[in-house]
Amino acid sequence: MTSVPVRVNEDLCIAEKGCTVCVDVCPLDVLAIDIVKGKAFMKFDECWYCMPCEKDCPTGAVTVDIPYLLR
Amino acid sequence: MQTQTQTVDVLVIGGGTAGPMAAVKAKEANPALKVLLLEKANVKRSGAISMGMDGLNNAIVPGHATPEQYVKEITIANDGIVNQKTVMAYAENSFAMIEELDRWGVKFEKDETGDYAMRKVHHMGTYVLPMPEGHDIKKVLYRRLKRARIEITNRLVATRLLLAEDGSIAGAMAFDCRSGDFHIIRAKAVILATGAAGRLGLPSSGYLFGTYENPTNAGDGYSMAYHAGAELSGIECFQINPLIKDYNGPACAYVTGPLGGYTANNKGERFIECDYWSGQMMMEFYRELEGGNGPVFLKLDHLAEETIQNIETILHSNERPSRGRFHEGRGTDYREQMVEMHISEIGLCSGHSASGVWVNEFAETTVKGLYAAGDLACVPHNYMLGAFVYGKIAGESAAAYCAQAPLAEVDEIQIATERERVWAPLSRPDGLPPLQVEYKLRRMVNDYLQPPKVTRKMEIGLQRFEEIRHDLDRLSASNPHELMRALEVHAIRDCAEMAARASLYRTESRWGLYHNRVDYPARNDEDWFVHVQLKKLNGEMHCFKRPIEPYIIELDEQEKTAYQKLRISKDALSNAREQDTLTSV
Repeated sequence: MTSVPVRVNEDLCIAEKGCTVCVDVCPLDVLAIDIVKGKAFMKFDECWYCMPCEKDCPTGAVTVDIPYLLR
Repeated sequence: MQTQTQTVDVLVIGGGTAGPMAAVKAKEANPALKVLLLEKANVKRSGAISMGMDGLNNAIVPGHATPEQYVKEITIANDGIVNQKTVMAYAENSFAMIEELDRWGVKFEKDETGDYAMRKVHHMGTYVLPMPEGHDIKKVLYRRLKRARIEITNRLVATRLLLAEDGSIAGAMAFDCRSGDFHIIRAKAVILATGAAGRLGLPSSGYLFGTYENPTNAGDGYSMAYHAGAELSGIECFQINPLIKDYNGPACAYVTGPLGGYTANNKGERFIECDYWSGQMMMEFYRELEGGNGPVFLKLDHLAEETIQNIETILHSNERPSRGRFHEGRGTDYREQMVEMHISEIGLCSGHSASGVWVNEFAETTVKGLYAAGDLACVPHNYMLGAFVYGKIAGESAAAYCAQAPLAEVDEIQIATERERVWAPLSRPDGLPPLQVEYKLRRMVNDYLQPPKVTRKMEIGLQRFEEIRHDLDRLSASNPHELMRALEVHAIRDCAEMAARASLYRTESRWGLYHNRVDYPARNDEDWFVHVQLKKLNGEMHCFKRPIEPYIIELDEQEKTAYQKLRISKDALSNAREQDTLTSV
């Protein structure tokens, strides 16, 4: 598993209950739900590190890191 | 994948800042109209103010400034190349818009008596109004959209405008970046509010999405307006910003300046009198970087603990909140270290400079039925409040236009051609990956267009952009998301070509670093006190001059050069020497 800027804590993520908040608010549409696991994940490493996904997540499962190239 | 058609009265493309305002105001002007707000991402968190805004840069508040003073300031800051009527239309509506946003629930800083807490950052007047709690602005807008019952579609990427037989607007075409479905939206009027061309130059980090502007704003609207035959203006007046190095977000001297922070050189000394972003300010920034006194820094380490905590609260919770995380990673503490800054890659954005789709004071473009507002509409230095004001103007103009405009017939050939262009990358399994083409294209933009502008380099750039035009026919996408990136490359390439052509056309230097042409180092008002317009003629990109309309506010002689004298005066001598060296190149 490669390291991507948006990390999802699968213990906290409630995507299996139908939550798609982080996926919805991303301006670049780079997050998705893994249907098998029922968890959100970063599908495309195309991040503006803008943070709506982290801020709007109802359970605090999402963390945005600064992409490695900028760090 | 399917094709879907719908019909509305007013179609607003772009749900960031200007777009939601335009949709609400069109509907308020005539509640009988069917208004559709089309958004590429999701209206809840889209656009430049996704995470809010930390202040108004151009608030004209009675008792602090007048519309006349503001028009003068922007005319001078933009080296005279403005249609003053458009700036005046903003200025006269600025205060009413602040009051309306205030009523809607947007929070502006007020003093103990309840008056707006205005700050001076510009060279001449007082126009900055902080918004330390401006993080909720998108929520406020979203509530207004719901209340006005505006229809919203998210995740639709508009790619081309539809034209009627007489060249007026007939609607737009788009595709769904999740399903790939093709959408035809017939409309009497279209308002373009798609933001800046923010993915033009390549950030020095090499990360394609590490841009100053929201990278979703890839210049789609500039490209759509161009292909619809609209005039664009001031494209050669690039957007170049002084930013936090690598992070590429604003250092926010506007926020810190009134609290005692300033831009400093490597000796910790001030070198510019005024932190307001202008081409002349960027020129001084560039000289400091190149002249051995760089890097340039934002200096806060001399401020009191209480002030620094206040700055951290504002800057780490608004607009680009991940900034705090970036500083933490680098071990930068405002108390101990200055924040390293650099010069951004180029972009097109009238919100910050002057490059955009030509509009008059009614937000009308040169295409009948097409309106523009926000960062992509050419009203210089318009910023967020300008986007709201022009959103309102565009919404009301479009609503009035609908009353007498018929719904145009759609042309099946336009639809078939565009659908083929849009879907083509999905049926090319062995083509070029969009991100590779984008990387190469934007690297070429840096190599050949980043000022100082050199004629020969820009000519080579044009040649490369022409070659990449052929590569567009080889783009491949394995899913609708990648298809979105592929179509964005088309728009970015158009913007790159526009940037090169408009820059080559204006054979003088103006706007400091924004249009610093090494082969024509002097400003030449005799030949170039004009707008440079760009439009599609017989399938080709064509530049021409448009005269400046007579000023409605005359400038005093001594004011005209106010923005030419930004360097701190103790350096006046060495500055003059540098000027000599530069002009003798």
